[in-house]
Formats: sequence, structure tokens, C-alpha cells
Amino acid sequence: MATDTLSRPATASAPASAPRTRPRRLADVFAGGGVHLVLIVMSIFSVVPILIVLMNSFKTTQGIFGSPFALPDAETFNLQGYINVFTRGNFLLNYQNSLIVTLTTIILTIVLGTLAAWALVEYTVPITPVLAGFFVVGIMLPIRLGTVPLIKIMTSTGLMDTLTALIFVYTAMQLPLAIALMTTYFRAVPTELKEAARIDGAGEWRTLSITLPIVRVGIAAVASITMLPVWNDLWFPLILAPSKENQTVTLGVQQFVGQFQNDYPALLASLTLGAVPLVILFAVFSRQYIAGLTKGYGK
Amino acid sequence: MIRTPARYRLLAMFVLPALVVYVAFAVYPLLSSVFLSFFESSGQTSAFVGVANYVDLFTNPTTSARFWNALGNNVEFFLIHLLVELPVGLLMAALLTSGRLRRSVGLYRTLLFVPATLSVVIVGFIWRLIINPLWGVVDFPLLGLESTALPTISLMSVWQYIGIPMIFLYTALLAIPDDVIEASRIDGAGAWTAFWRIKFPLIAPQFGLIVILTYIWTFNGFDIVYALNGSAPGPNYSTDILGTFFYRSFFGSSGQVADLDLGATVASVIFLLILVTTAAYFWVVQRRLKSYEL
Repeated sequence: MATDTLSRPATASAPASAPRTRPRRLADVFAGGGVHLVLIVMSIFSVVPILIVLMNSFKTTQGIFGSPFALPDAETFNLQGYINVFTRGNFLLNYQNSLIVTLTTIILTIVLGTLAAWALVEYTVPITPVLAGFFVVGIMLPIRLGTVPLIKIMTSTGLMDTLTALIFVYTAMQLPLAIALMTTYFRAVPTELKEAARIDGAGEWRTLSITLPIVRVGIAAVASITMLPVWNDLWFPLILAPSKENQTVTLGVQQFVGQFQNDYPALLASLTLGAVPLVILFAVFSRQYIAGLTKGYGK
Repeated sequence: MIRTPARYRLLAMFVLPALVVYVAFAVYPLLSSVFLSFFESSGQTSAFVGVANYVDLFTNPTTSARFWNALGNNVEFFLIHLLVELPVGLLMAALLTSGRLRRSVGLYRTLLFVPATLSVVIVGFIWRLIINPLWGVVDFPLLGLESTALPTISLMSVWQYIGIPMIFLYTALLAIPDDVIEASRIDGAGAWTAFWRIKFPLIAPQFGLIVILTYIWTFNGFDIVYALNGSAPGPNYSTDILGTFFYRSFFGSSGQVADLDLGATVASVIFLLILVTTAAYFWVVQRRLKSYEL
């Protein structure tokens, strides 16, 4: 860390007179170290609780309660928790449900959002800005508050307690942000490109498909901001798809917490399995996620 | 290039699928909820009762006490988020953009954001474990006392979501052109002065955005409280917020019968609270803040 700061030409812009440079460099080293120190403490505070659960999920019950903050050793290491999760719970089924719901929602949101955003940028008539505004308002709308009518809709269409119900609600919930985001990306596509395609006789679908490679960063951003709220949602699975065969991971883990209060290894294993995929996905796509979050809400 | 009638046709063709899903599963249910709140349904029939459901919600001794309690708790829940997330998020963002880090920026940014990727169920459990008097680091039932339960749950939620204001402020700080800061440095401003006199005013609109989003998210909150304390959140309803009150009102719980009309009424009141505040914010505050943008 310190060498990092030292090697930086921190005083390069200042006219170098030896007596003035030396104290400033020293101050820079301290300041740089201080910045790292505070961030390290903050990072520990944000990650260590997660690591405690991860670490204890590989221990015996005695190991968990005897020395909760110690790493598993030869005596306390145990995979029984994971074995119990897979043999006693519905974990694989829960995973499958979450995967189906999340992936289908992401695909639907991308397809519908991209088409709508393309049209809102391309085909300007007096009603276009009104439509755009109508969608943008949705970023702020708490769809959860429409739950009572949603139950009625789902019951009357026979979608109650199905994954399809979740997919529709989540797609509706994520579309406004997706459209706002894709609109900003489509705006950046050069007009010349689209006009050239049209002059060459390309239809509107073909013209759209030509611009897709240019907006692929936006598509990745939409996918990554859709993933987290959908995978982690508790409310709609609880209300619209509560039965055992339709449970998502989040709801499954929630019920596991209630059911297996005495099987701590299994409980910690289920919590770990519930968290790991999304943490990894976020780590991989954090750049797109951040772009999506700030461009979507900021504009 | 494209003729106007064709534009209408193309607009309709491309927007319609999204519009149908958005209206059917977001806009219609929300508006319908408001509509339902003016009716009293029993079995198959329902009758228009005007604002009777609202009168009942605000004056019926049992429901109104619960409602005002939940509203008060929700205000506290929001204020704790705001008071902790804004300064800590700002500090994180300022450190990340201080220019004293090099390749480690991405690593810190990811680590600080990781809790926000977890489900609340997991967050609630982790913290309940850590503050468990038998197991964890405090020998004091933080969640068991009426006075400390709500602040404790709020801080768990803050721990989880602190990354979001950090990211908003971080990207806003990154967007400030280098030459502005360079110019201030030539004029003799140190890092501290440059931050408070130049960077801070430039990122002011982001504070407005964070405040309003935090407001919407906390007044729409439910998950963390439900995950920790269920739908009748104790001790003695001290952690009951509008979301759990709403859930209880239409699903019922021990000591309360399920009532769809009451559920729709509670939802409408929450919706109105969010809508009015958000609209007022955009009209009054955000317009003024925009003027600082570069």
C-alpha cells in the first residue's frame, strides 16, 4: 500500500523544490494509508458476517456453538449440514424454481424493454413522450401495494400459485427501469447508422437488429439489475406461489429457518447455498450492475 | 424519414407487448387497489361504501392504534436509514474517489456492496446469530426489547443496503471533470476544501435522489421485519411497519381476521403517502437542485 502511494507522482504537478516536496510526500503516505485503513475496516464489517455463516456451515453443531468464531478444524469440520439440506429439504427444486423465474423474467424484460425503448426513441409522434413518462413513473411505483387485485387477477386466470404468476409480476416490476435504461443507450446510437440501413432497404426489425450490438452494454446492465431483486424477493413468492413445489430459494430458506431451528449445520448450509450464486454473479457483473443502477435511476 | 401514420403503427407494434404486461400487472393492480378501497365486499357481492373503509382504518380503536403505530415505526425506520446511509455512504464514496487508491478501488467497491446482493432472509439470520446473547458478541437481547428492536432491525437493513447510496455518490463524484478539481488545486485549495466547496455542491442532486428512493423503499419495506419477526412483529408490535401491517390486514394473523377491503385501504394509504411525497419532492426540491449540474 505504502509503496503504491510512494510510486505515484503525487507532487509531479508542483514545481519541485526539495524542502517543500519531502513533507508533502510523507503526508501523502499517511493519508493514503489512512484511506486504505478506513476502507479495510469497512470492508471487514461488510464481509465478515457473511464469512462467519459460510465458515460455520462446515462445522458440527458442537463446533458451531463451542467456538462460533473459529475456523473449522479436523475435529469440527463436517459436511453433514449440506447433506441434510439436500436430503431433507426441497433445495434442488427451490433452485430450479428460482432459476426458471429469474431467467425467464430477465429474458422477457430484455426483449419487451428493448422493443419498447427502441420505439420510444425511434418513432416520435406527439404521444411518444407521454408513453415514455408513463413507463418512467413505474420506476417509483411500489407494485407490492397492488397485491390484493393481483391475487384476484391470478385467481381468476388460474395463475395463482404458479411460477408464471411470479414471472409476469416481476417483468412488469422491472420493465420501467429497463426501458429507462435502454432508452439512454438507444439515444447514443448514431442516427447515420440507422438511416443508412433504412436507405439500403432494411425493414424496421432489421434496423433494430443492426443497432443491437451497439446497445449490448445496456442489455447486460438490464440483465444484472433485474437479477438481484427478482432472485431475492420474498413478498411475491410468499403470496403468489407459496406451495412446496413452487417455492423459490428465498422463500425456501425463510421456511427452513423456521423448520430446522435445531439443525444449525443444515440451516447455515442452506443460507450459504442461498447466497453463493448471486454473490458470485454480482462479483462478475458488478460493473454492468453499477452502470445499470446509476443510469437507470439517475436519468 | 418514416411517415407519421407508419410511425404510429410501428410505435404501437413495438411498445404494445411491454405496455400490456406493465398495465396488467403493475398499473392496473395499483389503481384497482385504490378503487377497491371504496367498496365493502362480502362473499360474491360488493357495495360502494365511499370512504367508510378509511374512516374505519383511522378511527376503529384496534386498527387505528396499529396503523398509527406502524406509521410511526416506519418514519423511524426511514430516518435511521437516512441518518446512517447518507454520511457513511458519502464517506465511502469520497474515500473511493480520493485518488489515493489505484487498482484496489474495484475490490473495495465490490466488498462494500456485497451485502446488498444477499436476500433479507439471510441478512436477518446472520445478524440475529451475531447479536444472539447466547452465541454472539453482545450479552443483551437487542431484538427482545421494545426500545431497541426497531433500531436494531433498521441498522441491519442499513448494513445491507449502504452500498446503494455509496454507488450513487461514487458515480456522481467520478463524473466531475478532473480539470475543475485541478483548477481549484492551482488556486491553492487542498483536498478537504476541494471536496466540500466543489465536489459536494456538484453531487447535491444525488442526495435528493437518495433521500426520495430511501423514502420509497423504506415505506414499501416488509422483508427484513417479516424475516426476523413474522407478520405480527414484536415485541408488542414495536417493529411493526406499514408493510407488515398491510400483510396482516389482508392475510390476517392471530388476533386479526383477514380483510381484503382493509388490505386495499391500507395499500391505498401507503400508496398515497409515497405518491404525494414523491411528487412534492420532484416539484419542489429536485428542480432547484438540478440547477447546480455542470
